[in-house]
Amino acid sequence: MDRMLRVGAPPHIFTKDSTALIMQDVIIALLPALLAGVYIFGYRAALLTLIAVASAVAFEHLWNVALKKQTTVYDLSAVVSGMLLAFNLPASAPWWIAVVGSFFMIIIVKMCFGGLGQNFLNPALGARAFLVASWPGIMTNYVNPGAKLLPVLSPDAVSSATPLSGEVPVDYISLLLGNVGGCIGETSKIALLIGLAYLLVRRIITWHTPVAFVGTVALLSWIFGGDGYFSGDWLFHILSGGLFLGAFFMATDYSTTPVTQKGAFVFGVGCGILTVIIRLAGGYPEGVSYSILLMNVASPIIERLTAPKRFGKGGLKNA
Amino acid sequence: MLRLPFKSRTFRGGVHPYDNKEHTRYLKIEELPAPKTMIFPVSQHIGVDSQVVVGVGDSVKVGQLIAKQDGFVSANQHSSVSGVVAAIAPRLHPNGKYVNSIVIENDEKYEVFDGIKPNKPVSELSKDEIIKIVSDAGIVGMGGATFPTHVKLSPPPGKKIDYVIINGAECEPYLTSDHRVMLEDAELLLTGCKALMKALDAPECIIAVESNKKDAIRVIEESILYRKEDSIRVAKLKTKYPQGAEKQIIFAVCGREVPPGGLPADVGVIVNNVDTCAAVARAITTGMPLITRIVTVSGSAMSNKRNFKVRIGTPIKDVIEGAGGFKEEPVKVILGGPMMGIAVYSLDVPVIKGTGAVLALTDDDIGKKVSTNCTRCGKCVQVCPMRLMPTIIDRYCDRFDPEMLEKYNIFDCIECGACTFICPARKDPLQKIRVAKGKITAIKKAKKEEKR
Repeated sequence: MDRMLRVGAPPHIFTKDSTALIMQDVIIALLPALLAGVYIFGYRAALLTLIAVASAVAFEHLWNVALKKQTTVYDLSAVVSGMLLAFNLPASAPWWIAVVGSFFMIIIVKMCFGGLGQNFLNPALGARAFLVASWPGIMTNYVNPGAKLLPVLSPDAVSSATPLSGEVPVDYISLLLGNVGGCIGETSKIALLIGLAYLLVRRIITWHTPVAFVGTVALLSWIFGGDGYFSGDWLFHILSGGLFLGAFFMATDYSTTPVTQKGAFVFGVGCGILTVIIRLAGGYPEGVSYSILLMNVASPIIERLTAPKRFGKGGLKNA
Repeated sequence: MLRLPFKSRTFRGGVHPYDNKEHTRYLKIEELPAPKTMIFPVSQHIGVDSQVVVGVGDSVKVGQLIAKQDGFVSANQHSSVSGVVAAIAPRLHPNGKYVNSIVIENDEKYEVFDGIKPNKPVSELSKDEIIKIVSDAGIVGMGGATFPTHVKLSPPPGKKIDYVIINGAECEPYLTSDHRVMLEDAELLLTGCKALMKALDAPECIIAVESNKKDAIRVIEESILYRKEDSIRVAKLKTKYPQGAEKQIIFAVCGREVPPGGLPADVGVIVNNVDTCAAVARAITTGMPLITRIVTVSGSAMSNKRNFKVRIGTPIKDVIEGAGGFKEEPVKVILGGPMMGIAVYSLDVPVIKGTGAVLALTDDDIGKKVSTNCTRCGKCVQVCPMRLMPTIIDRYCDRFDPEMLEKYNIFDCIECGACTFICPARKDPLQKIRVAKGKITAIKKAKKEEKR
């Protein structure tokens, strides 16, 4: 053998897992909710999602081109962000809302802080907060299911209310199936649960955050949600609004939540508490997105406080 | 008392690389004929280099001392063949450096040195005699760390040793050398256990084996029953990497945590590798010092896979030829397991005391490396057997912040590579940790010298 062999530091073998494969799994997990959204709100939901995804990918690519960096779109994280942004839009939103949202999401929230894994706010929720603050009318123009919105460029839909505003009475079955007003991806709880199951089976996320988040909301809304204590309609609270979407897909975002499992649980509990406070005492009917954004900011400190216990400091266990 | 949950015991964290042991686990150990030229580096262990005691032109025999231990933490070296010393000159060492080595031309007569004769049985030897035999035989930790065994057998005074753990976890993928020793030499292993227990005044000995080696567990348990050894037991461990790491195996077997910077003796335990234990027994029963070791030859690029008994000093190109050479061009040749072994760039390096395997890996074995930003998925935190947070340490390594690195216990890292193995973003936290550790140590050393 004349040629020198390749050397390198150990380990010499690696898992087959990769960032793109993880993102691919998240996309698969989001598909049931997308299909449900399209079924409920018509093809416009699909179109908005497409616009959001395409513009998110395009903005990320353009940013890399402008900065003369290797493009990062192949890690598929922009696709996930685009889908999540669209899921947070009402189906009646005009097409440019998706583009403006994608711009804010990718350029301001994600790439300005260093791209994938470096952002401190959930990109999709950051963009949603920006859109709600800028165009509150459009962003809360929830439409009734089956409104079959046409045409795309001039939305003219019958507006509706999210069940959380308490104006329309709804039954649990409709809530579960998603046959209610709301954003594209948040209404069908069945579809979101299928997505959650997929993520758990594929070990993309752990149970900690979803269980802690939903559990806390259920508990607190049962205690404080009714006229007296311990009489709240907790089932209604967890099945309405964006709780499942937030708890399964946003509060489990890798970049903006604690890396420790204990920390993930604390994060979920914190999100739950803030959600219930905003829903019951705040000015907005929905608090999931703001609660996650607020906890995103708290996540470094949670992470530090829940660091695993040092090996060898457990002392003699059975000396 | 020891807790005895009779399920597979383990520690928190760890990874499950595909173990690739099926290629060699059923293959009997074969003796590999030694080639014409043998290379013995003076450094085959942790500690001070041995002092050469032969000169060029001297004729040596099998088992003859060729370099003697220099100070306490050092080890003797013996010739594994008979022949003539051809040169004493720097030769390439598996660590990638040129190290002073004794080159011996093999006369293929294998005449045994006169001084080699069996010792008394273990029951008649005293504690100090056993340690002397081990020390004279140049035995070092053969799991790869190569720490001189006689040093391990002399714990600081006042430290009582409760358990001797024989490490048969063999958690590295591909490796089956310890597995075969346990299957084929269980009797010898038990003799070694008795000797180690006697040397350390330890009342109990536990042979810890991963659950993927059930046949070995059965064979050892049968020998224990047959020989009626009440003080030796087998513990079944969960199959997981790095189950065989010293601190992790101690925790798994007896629930004790070695404190940071501490030694196993601090918690009353001494861990020895299976092959080391067999070498101790061989040194006692035959008087022959450590001149052979079991080497697994495997990897996709090898035409045949083997478990060889190799005379120490055999260049690895001869080991590879002995197994039929390469089937295809290897990308990496690794001495030891794929998780912690050393990649060598030349096949001229010899098998030394710590070389448990020669692996010829192809691109398929290694896998592609496309790195992205860290997504903070937290997998490295979940798998770290030392409960560190590699992703955070990685960030502090990037901006090199010694204070924060020490706060996140960078020096606890045992460099097992689980974090780098599991990373979906193909980052290499371990390599950055190694570099940062070196830098911090250098800074500390410089500061100390300034104070003087």
